[in-house]
Amino acid sequence: MSILGTRVQRVEDPLFLTRGAVYTDDLVDERLAGALHLTLVRSPVAHARITSIDVSAAREAPGVVAVVTGAEIGLEPVVLQGGAPKETARPFLATDKVRFVGEPVVAVLTEELYQGQDAADLVEIDYDPLPAVVDPEEALKGEVLLFEDLGTNVVGGFGLDKEFDEHLFDDCEVVVTQKLVNQRVAAAPLETRAAAAVWGDDGRVTLWASTQNAQSARDAVAGWLGVERDVVHLITPDVGGGFGAKIGADPEFALVAQLARITGRAVRWSETRSENMTGMLQGRAQIQTITIGGNRNGDVLAYRLDVLADAGAYPRLGMFLPYFTRQMAPGVYDIPKVESRARTVVTTTTSIGAYRGAGRPEATAAIERAMDLFAAEIGMDPAEVRKRNVIAPDKFPFTTKGGATYDSGEYAKAIDKALEAADYAGLRAEQARRRERGDTVALGIGVSAYVEITGGGAFAENASIEVHPDGTVTVLTGTSPHGQGHATAWAMLASEHLGVPVEKITVKHGDTDLIPRGAGTMGSRSLQTGGVAVYQAAGELVELAKQRAAEVLEASVEDLEVAEGAVNVRGTTTSITLAALAEKEPLKVQTKFDSGAPTFPFGAHVAVVEVDLETGRAVVDRIVTVDDAGPVLNPLLADGQRHGGIAQGIAQALLEEVRYDDEGNPITATFADYAFPSAAELPSFTLVDMATPTPLNPLGVKGIGEAGTIGATPAVQSAVIDALSHLGIRHIDMPLAPLRVWEAIQAAKGDA
Amino acid sequence: MKVAITVNGQETTADVEPRLLLVHYLRDVLGLKATNIGCDTTSCGACTVLLDGESVKSCTVLAAQADGSSVTTLEGLSSGPDDLHPVAAAFRAEHGLQCGFCTPGMVMAAVGLLSENPKPTEREVRDGLEGNLCRCTGYHNIVRAVIAASGQDPDEVTGTSPRPGVERSPAGGVAAAPGFSTGGAE
Repeated sequence: MSILGTRVQRVEDPLFLTRGAVYTDDLVDERLAGALHLTLVRSPVAHARITSIDVSAAREAPGVVAVVTGAEIGLEPVVLQGGAPKETARPFLATDKVRFVGEPVVAVLTEELYQGQDAADLVEIDYDPLPAVVDPEEALKGEVLLFEDLGTNVVGGFGLDKEFDEHLFDDCEVVVTQKLVNQRVAAAPLETRAAAAVWGDDGRVTLWASTQNAQSARDAVAGWLGVERDVVHLITPDVGGGFGAKIGADPEFALVAQLARITGRAVRWSETRSENMTGMLQGRAQIQTITIGGNRNGDVLAYRLDVLADAGAYPRLGMFLPYFTRQMAPGVYDIPKVESRARTVVTTTTSIGAYRGAGRPEATAAIERAMDLFAAEIGMDPAEVRKRNVIAPDKFPFTTKGGATYDSGEYAKAIDKALEAADYAGLRAEQARRRERGDTVALGIGVSAYVEITGGGAFAENASIEVHPDGTVTVLTGTSPHGQGHATAWAMLASEHLGVPVEKITVKHGDTDLIPRGAGTMGSRSLQTGGVAVYQAAGELVELAKQRAAEVLEASVEDLEVAEGAVNVRGTTTSITLAALAEKEPLKVQTKFDSGAPTFPFGAHVAVVEVDLETGRAVVDRIVTVDDAGPVLNPLLADGQRHGGIAQGIAQALLEEVRYDDEGNPITATFADYAFPSAAELPSFTLVDMATPTPLNPLGVKGIGEAGTIGATPAVQSAVIDALSHLGIRHIDMPLAPLRVWEAIQAAKGDA
Repeated sequence: MKVAITVNGQETTADVEPRLLLVHYLRDVLGLKATNIGCDTTSCGACTVLLDGESVKSCTVLAAQADGSSVTTLEGLSSGPDDLHPVAAAFRAEHGLQCGFCTPGMVMAAVGLLSENPKPTEREVRDGLEGNLCRCTGYHNIVRAVIAASGQDPDEVTGTSPRPGVERSPAGGVAAAPGFSTGGAE
């Protein structure tokens, strides 16, 4: 029986549940014995010129070994994102100007942890405040410039080479336009950022860092330090969540390495949550204007998406993400005319990067709101409008007006499955009954259909596999787990070919000396690239073992099979174990799998909410999701990915928002202020299965990591608005927190 | 100042700063690194341990306050990786952990919850774990794990199963869905 598709419990867990995982701040390594603790003095103002920095008192404080300013750090400012204007280079420690609250200014190194904050409190920095610019629409005006030499706050754009077509909607009976805010949210992995570094006598630096991809983090840090990449040995210990915000390296990693070089000591750094909520990349932050047009029979004929993306102060990956938003703009729909453009501006806020979905949830949120608004305008059921306009299953592969080629999909079927599992008709009847009775708790039903792009950034991945003379197996992968369960999943893929139990298979990742090449884990890419590479490597190892065994057993290769860790001659008792073969000479293969293209998982969500009309409080009662990412390798792990994604989707729809006041002060910079959901705010989830394979890899698998978030966010937003539709409400921006919903209800009552 | 704290059954003593937090005592003085620090506002619960049998957030307890007390951390809960405590075993069986960072605190909070309420409802589990944040699991499988550890069937108690068929979904939607009505429906 195949192990693939079975519910294998995680091999990671016994240690995680007894001694705990080993995160960067947990490392006990003799090279880090006596390491200095780094405390960063960060800007408390959003936008200001630095007029003076006085570190003399801090240098005298107990336990202080060094206090380092930007003038002394010895690193040049760097442009952090390829394609960003050179004027947007960020200093590792600010010298002349600060551009967001949380920007590092002074580094304090102490013998003991608590001494760091004591000394940091003695650093005196004078700031001459400049006006903040928090709102991207204000930034667009260019009245306050972050980078004066650049002469504008616009740092990037897509689709700006031609004007919008003024005749796009000429054929439409109905046209609806709406401005949407896809609000800024914090990735907020439970483990904050951390790094540790020490230089060896060989002139190399060993850098431990909490990242989603060791190899690209190594390359970035080496570049920033101005050394060859082989000089940096980057090791990724266990990582306590990433959600896109730990892709690659942050400037602080290079700072830690450089401070270790300056002091000649090991240095370690683990930020506080308050630092994390201003220093770590945040997500989303788009203002969108959508226009949708079609006929009263329900046919959508044209769609326009205009994106204004907030990059934060220094452009990072967020600058690029509107590319995905444009690409996925039409969603699951076959719309004859689609146009879009995106502009990205800098603001005096924390930089924007990837967050679970990274550009695609913003596309789905926009088109799904558009479908709802269109349905409301023509008085048709929103689920019906969706099904009427989806791409038919016989049209795949299908190249959209967004420019993506979707590999496979059955969108109407996914919608039907979700509606059936939720008892959509029954819910609509209950909604009508409540409205008739005048209940103060309204029922809302939201339907979303989505398609996303996974494995979009890097299509290829490496794997190697070795059987050892003791019968154990080591798998090396260029992917990089931070909760997904790769150690179990990759062991299953190897076990399938070798017949060696997963407990005897060790999966290694995230050590750049051991695995020099790899693209890490992001964009839901791992299984369809790295997992397939492991599967392929194990298959190649089987062939190699058969060839070697053929000689030893004096048999023909065609008569051999591999099962239970041994090569057997079919129909006989003659066999040799893989371990015995490995004893003769190393039994090892290295391979690379390249899918050449991304895959397009899809699904449909139905959210059921109750909204208290007197308080504005919305509660998700149920959420039913169909998330089709092709065949499921391990239902335990795939469900877990869906659950986490759904929770983050619900949370963006109802709760979370990173907010600033007009002076650029973050007002949600702790977990006491930021609306991170707890178990009490969420329901259990109802998952429905569907598996449409992709032709792009031998396992037929697509990515599942981000699906839940992409589908749940618009479904829940839609459900809350649906609950209020009888009041004439058509749109409320996220998060649909009680005050905002209550205000919308009051406004609707006032209008009535 | 000198403190004497029994940690996972072992007597420990150390001369510490009066301001030293219990979580730093555990992590940095004793080297027990399972207990994590996830925030600085007593919000996330990653540092939850048992103090004289009750779950507390060890970032909000001074080592000095724990002087003379008994502390249990995740390291002291199970006898070994092959012999997990029932709550830890349930977390594994139900996949109640992913990145593992919230897990030590979450498991200890669950142990504390079950010692006060041995047969909780889903609502009671959710409210009882409100002070422990997880970003990976959406809590779905954490709730299932706690219910399973209490000896109850998580499918029955939550009305969902890990791989639900359509027939497992409560018919009629909202009215039949357990635990989340805001009270106006009936």
